[in-house]
Amino acid sequence: MSDVTLTQSTAVPPLPALRLWRHVRPVLLSLIVPLLLLAFWHWAVAAGMTRLIPSPAEVAEYMVDFAVGGIWDDAFSATLHIHLLASASRVYGGFLLAALVAVPIGILIGRVALVRQLLDPFLQLMRPIPVTAWLPLSMILFGLGTQSAFFLVFLGAFYPILLNTILGVKNVEPRLFEAAAMLGCRGNAQFFRVVLPASLPSIFTGLRLGLGLAWFVIVVGEMTGVPQGLGAVIMDGRTLSRTELVICGMIVIGIAGFLSDRLVVLLMNRLLRWSPMHRG
Amino acid sequence: MAEIPILDIQGVGKTYILNDSRIEALRDANLTVRKGEFICLIGASGCGKSTLLRIVAGFEAPTAGQALMWGKPITGPAPDRGMVFQDYGLFPWLTVRENIGFGPASRGRPKAEVRDTVERFIALIGLTRFADAYPHQLSGGMKQRVAIARVLANDAEVVLMDEPFGALDAMTRERLQDELLELWQRTGLTVLFVTHSIEEAIFLSDRVVVMEPGPGRIASAHPVELPRPRDVSSPEFNAVRRDLGARLHSHHAKKAA
Repeated sequence: MSDVTLTQSTAVPPLPALRLWRHVRPVLLSLIVPLLLLAFWHWAVAAGMTRLIPSPAEVAEYMVDFAVGGIWDDAFSATLHIHLLASASRVYGGFLLAALVAVPIGILIGRVALVRQLLDPFLQLMRPIPVTAWLPLSMILFGLGTQSAFFLVFLGAFYPILLNTILGVKNVEPRLFEAAAMLGCRGNAQFFRVVLPASLPSIFTGLRLGLGLAWFVIVVGEMTGVPQGLGAVIMDGRTLSRTELVICGMIVIGIAGFLSDRLVVLLMNRLLRWSPMHRG
Repeated sequence: MAEIPILDIQGVGKTYILNDSRIEALRDANLTVRKGEFICLIGASGCGKSTLLRIVAGFEAPTAGQALMWGKPITGPAPDRGMVFQDYGLFPWLTVRENIGFGPASRGRPKAEVRDTVERFIALIGLTRFADAYPHQLSGGMKQRVAIARVLANDAEVVLMDEPFGALDAMTRERLQDELLELWQRTGLTVLFVTHSIEEAIFLSDRVVVMEPGPGRIASAHPVELPRPRDVSSPEFNAVRRDLGARLHSHHAKKAA
């Protein structure tokens, strides 16, 4: 018994170098595939396989100009923050509005039979319509501009949040309602004390998917003639045949989407500490 | 003699209708329970013991007869009748402390009072070190202690236990039986305890109620007059066990015949 604890305790604190390696290793591993792709891209352009796509080095140079200017000084120099801010405000605005509407409706559909019978068939019918198909109608309803982009992002984020909220609410263990009732928590008080916390893991899955889709939809949303935004930059790049601008826009959207997902995951792990599936 | 019993089950029956067929889970159950009694319901599966417990809890309404507490009909679940489930039924998003405080907090007790009550019961079940742990971090025995404390902290007068130790290993089970008896003796609770272990029933209860299936009903009741603490290996205990076992099996034999 004491032998076991002794060998364990001597084995537990590793050398500092080893500990560093443990942190560095996953980062290195995750970089291998992107670096290989980057190398292939560079080699393909250098070998003359395409004349329409700029090399990684050229894109990197444009990216610096796009971010801080001072290299080309054209209409897009040093405008990254403006476009990023415009897109992020639409993404988060549309997403938050979607969450604010979808979570309560989802809880009601999951818990109240009347609301389910009233809304579920209609929402299921509307769901298969792709966000892109809404574009012309949204331009008529909301005009060319920010409101239209906002609306499309809202639509894109709405369904994953709604469906996962319904799923979470329906799957609350019936036992927990009985336990709450015999402890004196009955009726509507159960919404906040049982239904909401019990379905939180599922709601968070919906929020993650919804936010991902919001970034996904933003390019479509900003095709509607808004002057600023990463989607607008990509559309402008396409019209002006400036592929490097298109690629810069894509990379920024990718990174922004990734970072905002990490933010949700961080919040999720904090709020769902109690769940054995959400630690780390 | 005109004293009102804490629980009075009068001709209670329960029939479910499932796809046009009627299933009689419980027929004409009669049982009177005095305050402070420890009663075990025992019988084969399908004898209606869980149904009876759920009717007393107020989770289900009887289709015949009525269940009274202090002379008043039971109309739904309430804090005066706390249930301890076999699968614990703890709220996974609340810590041990918050689970125990759930009842008093739901009923709008002042914060300071809730805190005092919770600390008292955490100490009582010996989980002070785990007060801030979540249910998934606890062993089965610890979870069941929390489930019991949760009901007691909520001022339950009757504790309903549906095979509460059925999922635990033998050693934990014995320890929890001892702890439960100690709590019961100290607090004057009334306990209705469902089990399918004859030994558990005799070890714990003042009265063993034997139930039979097809349709579920109360067959007989047997006072256990052994002095406490009871020794499961004593000849007297074994005699009672043999006697009760024979009765249970004769019921089964009758049914099979």
